[in-house]
Amino acid sequence: MMIKKLIAGVAVSALLAGAAAAGTITVVSWGGAYTKSQVEAYHKPWMAKTGNKIISDDYNGGLSEVKSQVEAGNVTWDIVDVEMSDAVRGCDEGLLEPIDPSILPPAPDGTPATEDFIPGAITDCGVANIVWSTIYAYDTTKFKGDNAPKTIKDFFDTKKFPGKRGMRKTPKANLEMALAADGVPADQIYKVLGTPEGVDRAFKVLDRIKNDVVWWEAGAQPPQLLADGEVAMTTAYNGRIFNAVAAEHKPFKIVWDAQIFDFDVWVIPKGAPHKDLAMDFLAFSTATKQLAAQASWISYGPARKSASKLVSTFHNDPNLQMGPQMPTAPENFKTAIQNDFVFWADHQDELNARFNAWLAK
Amino acid sequence: MSDVTGPIVTADGVPLKRKLAQAMFRSRARAFGLALPLLAFIIVAFIIPILTLLWRGVHDSRFADYMPRTTEAVAQWDTKSPITEDMAAAIVADMVVAKKKHTIGRVATRVNRELPGTRSLFTSTARKAKKMKPPYLEALLKKDEKWGDNATWQAIKITAKTYTPAYLLQAVDLKYNADGSITRQPERYRIYMKLLIRTMRISLIVTLATLVLGYPVAYLLSTLPVRTSNLLLILVLLPFWTSLLVRTTSWIAILQSEGVLNNLFVLFGITTDQQRFSMIYNETGVLIAMTHILLPFMILPLYSVMKTIPPSYVRAAKSMGARPATAFWRVYFPQSVPGIGAGALLVFILAIGYYITPALVGGEDGQMISNMIDFHMRKSLNWNLAAALGAVLLVVVLFFFWLYDRLVGIDNMKLG
Repeated sequence: MMIKKLIAGVAVSALLAGAAAAGTITVVSWGGAYTKSQVEAYHKPWMAKTGNKIISDDYNGGLSEVKSQVEAGNVTWDIVDVEMSDAVRGCDEGLLEPIDPSILPPAPDGTPATEDFIPGAITDCGVANIVWSTIYAYDTTKFKGDNAPKTIKDFFDTKKFPGKRGMRKTPKANLEMALAADGVPADQIYKVLGTPEGVDRAFKVLDRIKNDVVWWEAGAQPPQLLADGEVAMTTAYNGRIFNAVAAEHKPFKIVWDAQIFDFDVWVIPKGAPHKDLAMDFLAFSTATKQLAAQASWISYGPARKSASKLVSTFHNDPNLQMGPQMPTAPENFKTAIQNDFVFWADHQDELNARFNAWLAK
Repeated sequence: MSDVTGPIVTADGVPLKRKLAQAMFRSRARAFGLALPLLAFIIVAFIIPILTLLWRGVHDSRFADYMPRTTEAVAQWDTKSPITEDMAAAIVADMVVAKKKHTIGRVATRVNRELPGTRSLFTSTARKAKKMKPPYLEALLKKDEKWGDNATWQAIKITAKTYTPAYLLQAVDLKYNADGSITRQPERYRIYMKLLIRTMRISLIVTLATLVLGYPVAYLLSTLPVRTSNLLLILVLLPFWTSLLVRTTSWIAILQSEGVLNNLFVLFGITTDQQRFSMIYNETGVLIAMTHILLPFMILPLYSVMKTIPPSYVRAAKSMGARPATAFWRVYFPQSVPGIGAGALLVFILAIGYYITPALVGGEDGQMISNMIDFHMRKSLNWNLAAALGAVLLVVVLFFFWLYDRLVGIDNMKLG
């Protein structure tokens, strides 16, 4: 009798252990070339190391899915790649699990994670993996040599540079770029945008090209719009354009003037079904080695200083150095604007309302 | 003359009327019992969610729940006199609790909707609230001068109301003020009425277009021999069975500036390579795609009604000297009106709530009110406003339903 019980107990615990070892988590990110870089650099090594499985899901950003899952008490996502402003907002609203930074592994030279990450990359409920930026890119077959656009001003000048423009359908980044094009220096942008006159000024610049704009929503759209000839230039996430050039040999070129850079952040929705596994994945994927590996797939800067040093070449082209392709490369960074997530958390609703009304006009 | 005017009774002496009612009741109860599962399903899956959603449009207890002391303190405040120490003390006490319970973000989001910029005011003050000492008003002012503004507290007073008309008013471009007055939104924020009118215009045009295109097709189908008409009916149904997304995206392939149609136009010299027509990502694209997608909803009711109109009526009219046009207009058309009514109402109500097609091919001037509801559900997370917009849309649909009933009569509608 005793032995029977023992055997049953062993069998049950073996089953439980088996179940824990072969868990499945749902990782949600932005799709396309970006998700591919994460699959190669994070998912595959993690699955090989732990024996767990990952279901990769795509979305277009924002907190809505997380909010509906948490409020309905039916959370299916375990870990989500969000913009910094959403990580802060979601944390304030109690939609996300707090993350203890002590789970993050130190740098290879022993520097603790909290010092190894770029300042601001670790928040209460999120850990940044990359630095990305919104830039604009143009079709080099349409603008050549001296006639090529070089500054942010050129993007808003359809007389000198005719053709349709692609822009993300949100006031974010567009208003900043508009002000930069109107001559506002990078460190003054949000101060100006905080005043009603500043907002009017930004919309006035947008008015110049409004009739020529094709609006996009998913990150994979802008390279497609350029490739299809639907637009002559478009704002885009820098990694997407890089990927189209490096992997698909498209004739696109990035203009770095007034790039707006931001962190992408891993967050874990409150009540995630496999929270512990998700935490483990988070710590694993933001380790120096993985961040550096990701940088060989897409031109987004790693959020760790130790990883930046290890950035080498594109995964299938040993002649393509990734360093100069990064938003943080010195020659690209001169006029860069850091996305101010506090400003956007405050003014998002108001500026969205204004932007929507402006679009419908 | 025997006066046998007493009630007719059955064999067992019970009045026939009552016996009949009993029998009717039993069969009615049985019918009701059979319909009960469906009824329960409709209530659980349809009525309750809709009511909850509508309720959200007027009910927002976030502030009152998480900031109870402040709610009480501002209730007595007249919105014009200076801020009192009581109010300041109440909000500091509430903030300490809200910070600890991670609810401050929800409160801040809510107040921020009334007065942009207050979000960071709330979250940053809450971080310091625990260390604040009396007098609290002074402590708050030291943290941020905005706490001395009546505008800040007016926004708080609006949000402290659990039942609020603010969202419904916003859904029709009006603004609810702290003192209870209602004003129009500033011009640069007005959008919803414009979209509502556009939605109705697009729906009406689509309804008319499907009628004009669908009527002859339905007529043809109903007059052809069965074998041919069945074959043609499949051609109507085939797109009907194809996914909405596939049909919408195929219109993109056809209409875009480098698309099939524009290429043909350039080939035949109707336009030049530089001046291709923009037929998609605007209202034109929405009208074309929606008309195509909703066409079967017009053709099918029309067809099923026309099928029941005996061809001999028109023949009889002609034999009595009516010209074909007169025979059609005076004899055939009136009989097809129930089909027109059913088709038009179906297409119009489907069209007024359309959002996938305008989202994909609408560009900017083709966006409809549902796209705004979608925006507030998925992007801005302002579910209350989304609910209020939904309520407005529902009222519009009910109004058209009522109008239809008055003009055509709902009994006159025939779906088959």
